[in-house]
Amino acid sequence: MKKLLTGNEAIAQGAWEAGVMYACAYPGTPSTEILENIAEYKGDIIAEWAPNEKVALETAAGASVFGARSLAAMKMVGVNVAADPLFSFAYAGVNGGMVLVSADDPGCHSSQDEQDNRYYAKFAKIAMVEPSDSQEAKDMVKAALEISEQFDTPVLMRITTRICHSKSLVEIGSRQEVGKRPYVRNVNKYDLVPATARKRRVEVEKRIEQLTVFSETTELNYIEWNDKKVGVVASGVGYQYAQEVFGADASYLKLGFTYPLPIKKIREFASQVGTLYVVEELEPFIEEQLQAVGIACIGKAKVPGIGELTPDILAKALKGETIPCVEADMSQVVARPPLLCAGCPHRGFFYELSKIKNLMITGDIGCYSLGGNEPLNAKDTCICMGASVSMGHGVQKISDRTGDATKVVAVIGDSTFFHSGMTSLLHVAYNRSNTVTVIMDNRITGMTGHQENPGTGFTLQGMPTQIADIPAIVKALGIDAIRVINPLDLKESREALAWALSLDEPSVIITRWPCVLKKHSDADKQEFGNYIGTCQVDSAKCIGCKICIKTGCPALRFDKATKKVSIDATQCVGCKVCLQVCPVKAISKVGE
Amino acid sequence: MTDVKSILMVGVGGQGTILAGKILSMGLMAAGYDVKMSEVHGMAQRGGSVSNQVRFGKKVYSPIIGKGQADILVAFEMMEAMRWLEYLKPGGKIVVNDFRIPSGPILIGACDYPEQVIESLKAKADTTVIQASEIAKQIGNARTMNLVLFGALVKGMNLTHIDFAAEIAANVKPETLKLNLEAFRAGIASLKQ
Repeated sequence: MKKLLTGNEAIAQGAWEAGVMYACAYPGTPSTEILENIAEYKGDIIAEWAPNEKVALETAAGASVFGARSLAAMKMVGVNVAADPLFSFAYAGVNGGMVLVSADDPGCHSSQDEQDNRYYAKFAKIAMVEPSDSQEAKDMVKAALEISEQFDTPVLMRITTRICHSKSLVEIGSRQEVGKRPYVRNVNKYDLVPATARKRRVEVEKRIEQLTVFSETTELNYIEWNDKKVGVVASGVGYQYAQEVFGADASYLKLGFTYPLPIKKIREFASQVGTLYVVEELEPFIEEQLQAVGIACIGKAKVPGIGELTPDILAKALKGETIPCVEADMSQVVARPPLLCAGCPHRGFFYELSKIKNLMITGDIGCYSLGGNEPLNAKDTCICMGASVSMGHGVQKISDRTGDATKVVAVIGDSTFFHSGMTSLLHVAYNRSNTVTVIMDNRITGMTGHQENPGTGFTLQGMPTQIADIPAIVKALGIDAIRVINPLDLKESREALAWALSLDEPSVIITRWPCVLKKHSDADKQEFGNYIGTCQVDSAKCIGCKICIKTGCPALRFDKATKKVSIDATQCVGCKVCLQVCPVKAISKVGE
Repeated sequence: MTDVKSILMVGVGGQGTILAGKILSMGLMAAGYDVKMSEVHGMAQRGGSVSNQVRFGKKVYSPIIGKGQADILVAFEMMEAMRWLEYLKPGGKIVVNDFRIPSGPILIGACDYPEQVIESLKAKADTTVIQASEIAKQIGNARTMNLVLFGALVKGMNLTHIDFAAEIAANVKPETLKLNLEAFRAGIASLKQ
């Protein structure tokens, strides 16, 4: 039977079919749906959200060492967080097969950088596979687990946004129970003290040699002979684009096993074709290795390394063809940036924050990064998960030392706080900067589409669990000045900020209100109630001052002709933020 | 690759383009085509511009549609039709919903919603305007707008021989099936051939 699956769904199916017993991840676009789909196989696979990617990889490593097939999944920047265990687990090797899925995001659709994680395979000296559609994504999970066990290596499966989120046909199979391998204590392998590490270092090099031999013979790397004037070496979705551009006018060496590369096979292929192109998204990972061994090829000299590829970009780069298209006048088209939703609990707090002078606002990764957009403009920096708190500390220390009046407010979400904000806050408490840390606790992992986290009371597979108590954690880290507020109440938000900024010690404000899109749990309903009614503008009273518009609510619209504001009742949930800012009380709540 | 057809559905997060794309792909798969479908998640969910791309034929390679490659552009929102116009193949069709969703810069009064969108689209390509929102409201639920547009798309691509009703049944809640099927049929009827 065939099904239309995204690459992420196919990886979940592949993990189930290949007998994976344990899977763990931290959500991150474009990887999130891998674990969400694995979680459906409750009886067969233990699937968990970890607080961060390092933990996810380590738990999967533990399951592997104890003999189970395991999988960890994360977006590409997550592998940076997990790099520490990755490099040493690469020395230790596996027991049950272990796959690390890295979902890269060429084009930065939902990411802060465009890193090419194939280099991690080379850097950590482990095997790598790269599927180019959903069928391959499913099949390669099984292949990767077998390679992992045969060569005693974790395997990196590198996918990209278009593999993750594109659907294609997949042949569905059944689960192959492989069971758990016995665990036998082996400190010369798994206990990486320096004496062990030095021995394993040698094994790692032997393993790369063996994997190179495998790469030359595996069916994951295959040739499709057509016209030989042009030869294309390609991997991942780049292969599909190359087929689209050249069709039968070129021959292909399709690489599915991309580290270590099958250099002999590539050299042989190169010797039989005229011009050799390397088609790969982002960095010249394959091309550099071919150039290093003297295989003449054309890659990044023509194919862009910045942004994602498309068939038309590739056609232009390699054939000089501009595909005719309908000409568009884009001058009138207005940008459509993502916005904080109508009723978002972050809005009111950001509105108050945006009014404070001499403030540096260090932001973080999540929906609240949208607080930096027009018209709120409440953000100075955002670099990575958890950095709001620690960067803010650095700013405050220098501001204080140099007699600058700048104060810092660090803004971080609940899930991001659990991910890596906690250690940053420990630093703040330990090294005493009087920064204000705001934990925007919307009771869910919002931006990636509502995943449970340690604060929500449920696990990935729906089990009720311990709720991490954020105020208690903050207190335990060494922060004494803590306030928990309702961010929809602007007076409360304003007062909390004034209080925190007046202190001569580190403080934490926790804004506690669920994401407006969250499906409320019973506990949420009890604590927060339901949204009833909407806000409306009395246009006779509205003076067109646009102060409500400065909250950036998408339900509010300013009509330039009438100079009045109106509220879209289908979007409004009646959060009353606009009502509180209106200077002439033109907004009221109806339908309560 | 000449037999491969490319369908581009564009709109704003929350308009139901993804469901329409899913029903379309499943129907095409059941009809024996190789199908690939692509969508972008993430930031698009917060009211951003969204696209859903479906390609089908005997053998499909690329899951995404490059500029100048869409046989039909179905815009669930008017300004989005303009944004994605370059992706249309010369001679391709446009089906555009007579529906405006002002974006952030327009809401705050910093920019104006483009004028004469329909006229400028008509000047570029074979354009059909569908009052999908009105049709959906008459049927009884404004949210079935996506099925009206999907119906128009099916007609526009000459795919009415495929049993999409079965796929709609498999993808919507049973209590909304009747309305959704009505919307789908009204969409087919709305496009003159």
